[in-house]
Amino acid sequence: MKTIVDCEINKPCIVKKLHTQGALRQRLISFGILKGETITYLSSTALKNTYKIRVGKMSIALRLEEAKKIEVE
Amino acid sequence: MKNIKIALVGQPNVGKSMLTNAMGNTTLHVGNFSGVTVDKKEISFQYDDYNITMVDLPGTYMLNDYSKEEKVTSSYLRHEEYDLILNIVDSTNLERNLQLTSELLALDKKMVIALNIIDEAKKEGIEIDSKQMSNLLNIDVVKTSAQTKEGIDELLKDIVKTHITKKRDSKLVFNEHIENSISSIEEHLKQNNYVSNSSYRKIALELLSKNRDRYSQISHEPIWITLSAVLKDAIDSIKQNSSESDMLDILAEEYMAFNKGLITETVKVTKLDAEKITLTQQIDNTLMHPLFGLPIFIFLMWGLFQLTFEIGSIPMDWIDGFFGWLGDTVGSSIANEELRSLVVDGIIAGVGAVVLFVPNIIILFIGIALLESTGYMSRVAYLLDGFFHKFGMHGQSFIPLVTGFGCSIPAYMSARILKNDRDRLLTLFIISFMSCGARLPIYVLFAGAFFENDSAGNVLFIIYISGAMIGLIAAKVLRMTVFKGPSEPFVMEMPKYRMPSTRLIWTTVKIKTWMYLKKAGTFIAAASMLVWFLSNYPKNLELKQSYEAKIEVASRVEKVELENRLNEKILEHSYLGTIGKFIEPAFTPIGMDWKMAVALQTGLAAKEVVVSTLGVLYSLGGDVDEQNSSLASKLKENISLASAIAFLIIIMTYLPCFAATIVFAKEAGGFKYAVYLFIFTTVIAYSLAFIGYHLVL
Repeated sequence: MKTIVDCEINKPCIVKKLHTQGALRQRLISFGILKGETITYLSSTALKNTYKIRVGKMSIALRLEEAKKIEVE
Repeated sequence: MKNIKIALVGQPNVGKSMLTNAMGNTTLHVGNFSGVTVDKKEISFQYDDYNITMVDLPGTYMLNDYSKEEKVTSSYLRHEEYDLILNIVDSTNLERNLQLTSELLALDKKMVIALNIIDEAKKEGIEIDSKQMSNLLNIDVVKTSAQTKEGIDELLKDIVKTHITKKRDSKLVFNEHIENSISSIEEHLKQNNYVSNSSYRKIALELLSKNRDRYSQISHEPIWITLSAVLKDAIDSIKQNSSESDMLDILAEEYMAFNKGLITETVKVTKLDAEKITLTQQIDNTLMHPLFGLPIFIFLMWGLFQLTFEIGSIPMDWIDGFFGWLGDTVGSSIANEELRSLVVDGIIAGVGAVVLFVPNIIILFIGIALLESTGYMSRVAYLLDGFFHKFGMHGQSFIPLVTGFGCSIPAYMSARILKNDRDRLLTLFIISFMSCGARLPIYVLFAGAFFENDSAGNVLFIIYISGAMIGLIAAKVLRMTVFKGPSEPFVMEMPKYRMPSTRLIWTTVKIKTWMYLKKAGTFIAAASMLVWFLSNYPKNLELKQSYEAKIEVASRVEKVELENRLNEKILEHSYLGTIGKFIEPAFTPIGMDWKMAVALQTGLAAKEVVVSTLGVLYSLGGDVDEQNSSLASKLKENISLASAIAFLIIIMTYLPCFAATIVFAKEAGGFKYAVYLFIFTTVIAYSLAFIGYHLVL
C-alpha cells in the first residue's frame, strides 16, 4: 500500500482511501482529505515522525502514524 | 429597542474576532492558531434601532464533535435560540471554508455570509462575484475586511435586512438519491405530524449524517418504531448509489461537489501564480527546517527571556525610586506612627514590590502575543510533537502549555483543543509547571539577588526551561501510571503567517497589564495590609520597653544591633510569626525559615503576594541600613543560596494561584481533581526542593 509518506516531496498525489474510522477520519475529511482529492507531501521533521502536507491551500501537520493511514494512488 | 442575536461561526484563522472588533468597536483577543476563542463570548452593541448581540463561537472546521471546542459550537448551533448565523469565511481559501458553510446551510436557519480578508484575496488575484454567489445560495453575501474596514457597514445592514425579512429557502441541494431519501424521511415525519422546533429537512439531514444528539433524542420517541425502518431504507438507497460506504464520506463528497460548482461559477483567479512559492512557504523553509527549526525556536525563547530581564530592568530603578520617594513623602505627612507604618510599610511597600515588575510582564506578554498572532505557535507544535509524544503528550499540548507561561487560567481553558479526555487531563495537570507571569517577579527578584547581573537572564531562562522539563517528566510518569491508553492523533492546520497588527498586540498587552495593575491596586494592596497587620500585632509593649531601655544606654554600634533584634523579636511574636513558627518544622528540612514558609503560603492566594509579603516581612524586620535597603540585597543577606534555590523550586512547581485552581477544577471536571492537583504538585515541589537544597548545601 502506497501512502502519503511514500510520495516524493512536492509531488501532488491523489487520495485513494482513508484507512481509519471515527474521529480521525472526520478530522481528515474536515480538512478536505478524502478520496479523489489531491494532496502533496511538503516536508518532515528531522526524525521523520511528523509530516507536513498540503491540501488545497492549507498546510497540515500530522504524525507518522496518521500519515500512514492515507493511501494514495 | 429590538434585539438581534447572532451566532458567529467560522473556521479557525478566518479573522473572526478581528471582524467582530471592527463591527462593534470592541476589543477582543485575536490569535492566529486554532483555538483562540475557547469558549463562546458575547459582545453587544447598538446599531440603528437594534441591540445586536453577537455570540462568538469557537472556530470549527466542520460541525462535528472532534474537539471540545467544536462541540461547544456544534451544540450551540443546533440547540440554542438565536436569530441568524453570521458565517465568516476566508476569501483566500474558499474551497475549504465553504465546507463549513454548506453544513451551516443544512441547519436551515437565516444566514449571512461575510467573505472576510477580501483585501488579501484581491492581492492574490482572487476575484469573487459575491452577487452571483448570493443568488446561487439564496442568502446575502458581503465582502469584508477587518483591516481596511471594507464592507463592515454593508454587513450590518444586511444582517438587519435578513433579520426582518422572511427566511429564504436554502438552495443547497444534493444528488437525487440523497434528495429522495431526505424527502422520504420528511414525508414520514409529516404523516405522523411530528412536532419539533427544527424543520423536517434539518431533522432528516441530521439523521442521515448520524448526528448523535438527534439520534438519542428521537430514538426515545414513539415515532422511532416506524421511522427507524424508513431511515434504514433511505440510507441503504443512498449507499447503493455511491462508491463510498460511510454516510459521512458520502455527505462530505456531496458538500465538496456543491462547493466546487459554486466556486467555478463565482471565483476567478487572475494571477496565475498559484504554484509560485508563497511567502509563508519561504518562511516555513527556514522556521520549520528539519535541522534548524528547533534550535531557532529555542534561540527565540532564550532571546525573549533575555529581553524580559535586560530591557525590563531599565525602568525598574525608576519605579523603585518612585515608590521609595512616595513612601518617604507620604510617611512624613502622617503623624500617627501606626498609620504611617500601615501605609508605608504595608501598602506602599507591598504594592510597590509588585508594580516593580510591570516592565517584565509587558515584555513577556508582548512575546507571547507575537507567538500567537503570527502563526508561529502551530509550527512549534509541529516541531515539538515528536519530542512531546515521547513524554506521552501531544504536539498541540504545546499551545496550552505556552499559554501557561502567560497565565494558567487561559491555559487551562485552551486545553480544550485536545479532543481526547485523557490527553486533556494530562495537559491540565502539567500546565502549572509552566511558570506563569505572576511568578516572574519572584524569579527576577531572586535571580537579581543571588546571581551576577549579566547571568540573571540566563538563570531566568534555565528556571523556565527546567520547570518545563519537570513538567514533561511528570507527564511521562502520569502517562505510564494514571493516564494509560492510546494517544490522540496529531492533525493540525498550519495557518498562513500574518503580520501581527500593532493595534491588536497593544490592546492585548494593555488589557493584561491593566489587569495586573488592577490586581496590584486591589487584591495585592489588601493582602499587603493583612500581612502587615498579622506581622505587627499583637503589640508586645513589655518587650518593646525592655529593649528601648537597653537602647537608651547602649553605644552607637550596639544601638543598631539592638534595634534590629527588637524588630526581629516583634515580628516573631506577631500573629504571622506564630503561624510561621507553627509551620516552620515542616519547612526546616528544605532550608527555610518561617518567613519564607509564610511567603510561600501567601502564594497560594496569588503568586504576586509572595513578593509583597517578602517585602513587608523583610522591610519590617532585619536590616535597617539605609544604603542597603533594596529587597534584593536584604534577601541576599538573610537567605542562603541553598534555601533560595529550594524556595525557587517550590515556586516553580507548587499549586498555581487560587483562581487558577478553581478554573482547573472546572475544566478537569470536578473538585476532586483540584485535590489531586494539590497532592501531586505538593509532593513534587517538596521532594524536589529537598533534593535541590541538599545538593547546593
